[in-house]
Amino acid sequence: MNKDTTETLTGSQVVVRLLERQGIRRIPGIPGGAILPFYDALSQSKLIEHVLTRHEQGAGFMAQGAARATGEVAVCLATSGPGATNLLTAIADAKLDSIPMVAITGQVPTSMIGTDAFQEVDTYGLTIPITKHNFLVGSARELLEVIPKAFRLAASGRPGPVLVDIPKDVQNERIEVSEWPEPGRRDPVPEADADSIERAAAMINEAQRPILYLGGGVVHSGAAAQSVELAEKASLPTVMTLMALGAMPVDHALSLGMLGMHGARCTNLALEECDLLIAVGARFDDRATGKVSAFCPNAKIIHIDIDRSELDKIKTAHVGIRGDVKQVLGKLLPQVKSNLRQDWLSRVGDLKASCPLQMPGIDDPRTPYGLIRAVADCLDDSAIIATDVGQHQMWVAQAYPLRRPHQWLTSGGLGTMGFGLPAAIGAAMAQPERTVVCFSGDGSILMNIQELATAAEEGVNVKVVLMNNASLGLVFQQQTMFYGQRIFSSKFKGVPDFLKIAEGFGWQTLDLDTASEPKAALAAALSVRGPTFIHASIDRHEQVLPMVAPGAANKDMIGG
Amino acid sequence: MNSITKTNHEPGQVQTVLELAVNNHAGVMSHIVGLFSRRAYNVEGILCMPVGNGKTSRIWLTVNEDARLEQMIRQIEKLEDVLDVHRHGAGHEVFERVGEFFR
Repeated sequence: MNKDTTETLTGSQVVVRLLERQGIRRIPGIPGGAILPFYDALSQSKLIEHVLTRHEQGAGFMAQGAARATGEVAVCLATSGPGATNLLTAIADAKLDSIPMVAITGQVPTSMIGTDAFQEVDTYGLTIPITKHNFLVGSARELLEVIPKAFRLAASGRPGPVLVDIPKDVQNERIEVSEWPEPGRRDPVPEADADSIERAAAMINEAQRPILYLGGGVVHSGAAAQSVELAEKASLPTVMTLMALGAMPVDHALSLGMLGMHGARCTNLALEECDLLIAVGARFDDRATGKVSAFCPNAKIIHIDIDRSELDKIKTAHVGIRGDVKQVLGKLLPQVKSNLRQDWLSRVGDLKASCPLQMPGIDDPRTPYGLIRAVADCLDDSAIIATDVGQHQMWVAQAYPLRRPHQWLTSGGLGTMGFGLPAAIGAAMAQPERTVVCFSGDGSILMNIQELATAAEEGVNVKVVLMNNASLGLVFQQQTMFYGQRIFSSKFKGVPDFLKIAEGFGWQTLDLDTASEPKAALAAALSVRGPTFIHASIDRHEQVLPMVAPGAANKDMIGG
Repeated sequence: MNSITKTNHEPGQVQTVLELAVNNHAGVMSHIVGLFSRRAYNVEGILCMPVGNGKTSRIWLTVNEDARLEQMIRQIEKLEDVLDVHRHGAGHEVFERVGEFFR
């Protein structure tokens, strides 16, 4: 505790001061009755800027975008009732992807809780299963403990969202504050078991055909450099989950790119042959493993994760190591022998040559892969790449040359359409020097289209690249492939004029359909600062391939 | 009703008693039973009383043993308000004595 002079402050003023001390400088949100005392206090802050979003879900995803791009805890705000329920999707999304976030919600006054008061909903109860932890604050004094604790919990161990629900009377309650708590910071990481690390090193040294399997935990723990170092030292072909893309540059000689449902044939086939799988900060998600019993059928497993409940959850590990992956890799590295592993690398090289990722149209910017490549050709690695959810997301995951951790913002676990635009805005505000590209689809973009207004108001450097197939493309693809081509409710009959919509919101626009020189037009649009909406029509019969049918084994890929 | 719940009352069913030390405030019980209910894992018996000065409580749970139990215990241990988890065998005295009130 720091000694200061005694001040009389409201609960709201206490929260604002604690957020300032925490280093928070920007909060997206929407005011409403039950959080107005807090907004009144926030209006007096000289340090914190408020970003007025057009939907609370937008606020939640803007906080996520900032947190994903920086790795730091971000905050969002909503009022009680519908404000809080509108946040839920963004909170659940943060839980599944382990994103550090603190959501602050207003609640009806304590005396009215449980009476079905106006805009009352059980925010605490609703958020139990989708937060790492949550609080319903009982007094202004408690805030001095709860707010730093919320930040500590969000950032510590496996990161995640924390919700703080503050009744209106608590926001207004005046207390005397003479000492301020230290800001909440990430707890020191637990010491990993040295014997297990030694055994893991021995297994790596003995393995003939090992594969390194990187997950989002590598990005969260800042272990990308150690992962690449381990791969290089022990000659480990490396696969990445959707969440880990960027941890190893995709064009690194050892990279096999993304594994799983839409991984390249060579990637899934190499996993089929491996005799040791080294899982680092990955959780064996069904989109990555396919049918679990058939995943890496010949492999022993080393599993390193900060969350002990992930060990043995899906696959029993031969060596399970609970620990921070950066720390564990740091201890593992000196015990792992340099190994050229020529036979295995040559076998993987053969697989890469014989069944690489097929990217038809890569040189034609009027195809999905070609458009993604054309965008990448205009940018360097400092750019941030966000996506929505669907075909475009998978195409970008396959084809964009991601080379940097925190470069890639995508909704992995929850798979939330509507994630992309607000996440991109949040990232662009947190890192204004970067260009942020949001690839989206015509289905996804409409799910948070209102945030075009927020982006224009803030003048963020966000480039939306809309891949418009007038369909819910991944649904259309699954109905085509697995439901006897019975296309139902996946084709839009009415398609809005997205360029007019974007113009109406105050965005610059570019229609690649009518551009005579699409690559030049794209380069020009991406080089101008400010929000720009780029529209490109694509054929709805384009498919994401290869594809593993849901529930099937990864070796049984269709197409590609 | 959660129709996925398999409540196995067959004679051979093995039960486990879990003893939890938790912070005593509204919501803690919800956090714990929520872990079970969202996995359609039935909690057969619950006892909860404050201990000492009332800042903490002790919760006793009886659950049917199945393959998910180890994962359940790890999930319980992750909860911020859970201070400690102990696993006892079936037929712990605490439920046998309280059983008198259920006859």
